[in-house]
Amino acid sequence: MVNTRLLLALSLVLGFALTARAELTIEITQGVDDPTVIAVSPIEAGNAVLPEDISEIVSADLRRSGLFNTIDRGNMLSFPREASEVYFKDWRVLGAQYLVYGKGERQPDGRLKVTFSLVQVAGEKTVLAQVVHGNDGNLRDIAHYISDKVYEAITGIRGAFSTRIAYVTATAGGGNRLIYRLMVADADGARERLMLESREPLMSPGWSPDGKELVYVSFETGRPAVFRQRLGNANREQLTNFKGLNGAPAWSPDGRKLALVLSKDGNPEIYTLDLGSRQFTRITNHFSIDTEPNWTPDGKALIFTSDRGGSPQIYKLTLASGQLERLTFRGSYNARPRLAPDGRTLVMVHRDGGAFHIASQDLVSGDFRILTNTYLDESPTVAPNGAMLLYATKRGTNSLLAAVSIDAGVKFLLPAREGDVREPAWSPFLN
Amino acid sequence: MTFQTLKTGFLVAVLSTLLAACSSTSTEDGAGADGMSGSGVGTGTAGDGSAYGDDLGAGGVATVFYFEFDKAVLTSEARAALDIHAQRLRGGNRQVRLEGHADERGTREYNMALGERRANAVKEYLTLQGVNAANLEVISYGEERPAQLGSDDQSWSLNRRVEMK
Repeated sequence: MVNTRLLLALSLVLGFALTARAELTIEITQGVDDPTVIAVSPIEAGNAVLPEDISEIVSADLRRSGLFNTIDRGNMLSFPREASEVYFKDWRVLGAQYLVYGKGERQPDGRLKVTFSLVQVAGEKTVLAQVVHGNDGNLRDIAHYISDKVYEAITGIRGAFSTRIAYVTATAGGGNRLIYRLMVADADGARERLMLESREPLMSPGWSPDGKELVYVSFETGRPAVFRQRLGNANREQLTNFKGLNGAPAWSPDGRKLALVLSKDGNPEIYTLDLGSRQFTRITNHFSIDTEPNWTPDGKALIFTSDRGGSPQIYKLTLASGQLERLTFRGSYNARPRLAPDGRTLVMVHRDGGAFHIASQDLVSGDFRILTNTYLDESPTVAPNGAMLLYATKRGTNSLLAAVSIDAGVKFLLPAREGDVREPAWSPFLN
Repeated sequence: MTFQTLKTGFLVAVLSTLLAACSSTSTEDGAGADGMSGSGVGTGTAGDGSAYGDDLGAGGVATVFYFEFDKAVLTSEARAALDIHAQRLRGGNRQVRLEGHADERGTREYNMALGERRANAVKEYLTLQGVNAANLEVISYGEERPAQLGSDDQSWSLNRRVEMK
């Protein structure tokens, strides 16, 4: 019996690997008006072709930020690998404001030493020069590292290219049934990995603050239940098994607690679960719907959705004092709040007439703006550097991921090859 | 995009994950089947004059009830059908599962809560009509299990529902 199951599982995995990969691609729909022009010269190891094209990955990362235009390799007049090979005139002719060059050197132990530099073309000045070590198996990590450093040197904002995203896919599974998969991929959609596959719904993935675990909701027991699971590991732990809703898990910034929703006492209330003592503490007490809790970055308060005022709106509850404050007043539907890392920019799903968009609200100035112009937008998740947010939207009958910069200046879509992609969750910084 | 090779270690992880998923799924199927066979509500015996049995929809009585957007108010048609269900269920031990659903608009966890609120509205109505609450199980699927795929008014109105099973 065990053998049969093993074979079945194996065929499922292989079948999935070969046919059902939803790998994401990028379609930039709006960039800034005056992007910085940058050239990334090919980074290779001697004459050997590396298994991944580092400079192409760096160029794609920078383009995807919406803040950069990159120079096509085919238009480059030279491929410098070190300072002595840089002819600034060549790059001025191409309109490049910045140039990244570098080279890989194979070490005696087979590892790779990559040296890279960022230079400002107009001033003919080196902005950044670094060495990074790796191997052929983590060339994409090396590339994203270079992107992070280049992005930070030019914009002053920490790069988030080395982060990951989790999301849920739903694909047709025969008959009327769907197959749900919890996936993790690099922030650029590459290296997609399967965490869990189920014929019952999977929902609401969220990251641990150390980026090593996910929490999510699975219906595999016939009811919703909250699970935690380490990345790259099959060990899963079921954390809740109550009657009614078990949902919307959100890890506290210190890693010790979850906020979640249980309706075991009759209607949806927000609880915290202490992961050490396994104690549940009830936080809200109201006959309305209270759901979608999320922690403020300092861990001292929860923001959540409640329809206690007659329509879904966003509230903030300070844990120590129990003080409750309504945060949103504009429109009849504001839900699923997330805070940017600055603790000041609130993003949410906002109903605008008949349309659902992602909106932001500055909690200090009160400035409110609708960030997206797509259709049926939901599940906003902010990058750990606060520059972009990912969300799920709909095109035709499929849901797909999309991104928008926090100032709405940059927009792009991440269409999948097939099926629905939904509920993105951006990881914290991983390094 | 390029095809990425799965690492062996990861493959093993997924395998065991799938094994775990497989075993729990079969458990769940078992539980579901038990629930449905519903411990013999003496299928329509002449004695109680009911032709109800396990078929909740017997006699063409509605078993799916529809709602307005962001609302959980029973329509008069739903209440009329539930009156018949209550009559049939009262005093019996037929286990009934009330599955609440929402349309795709709005947020997923809020819709989970809304689906539950709708299923609870049905449960409360049946309970007020004398049905034993212990025989009524509420479960919400939110927007995760649409009855009809499609992003239009008609699909949405069919998806805002409670199904009696």
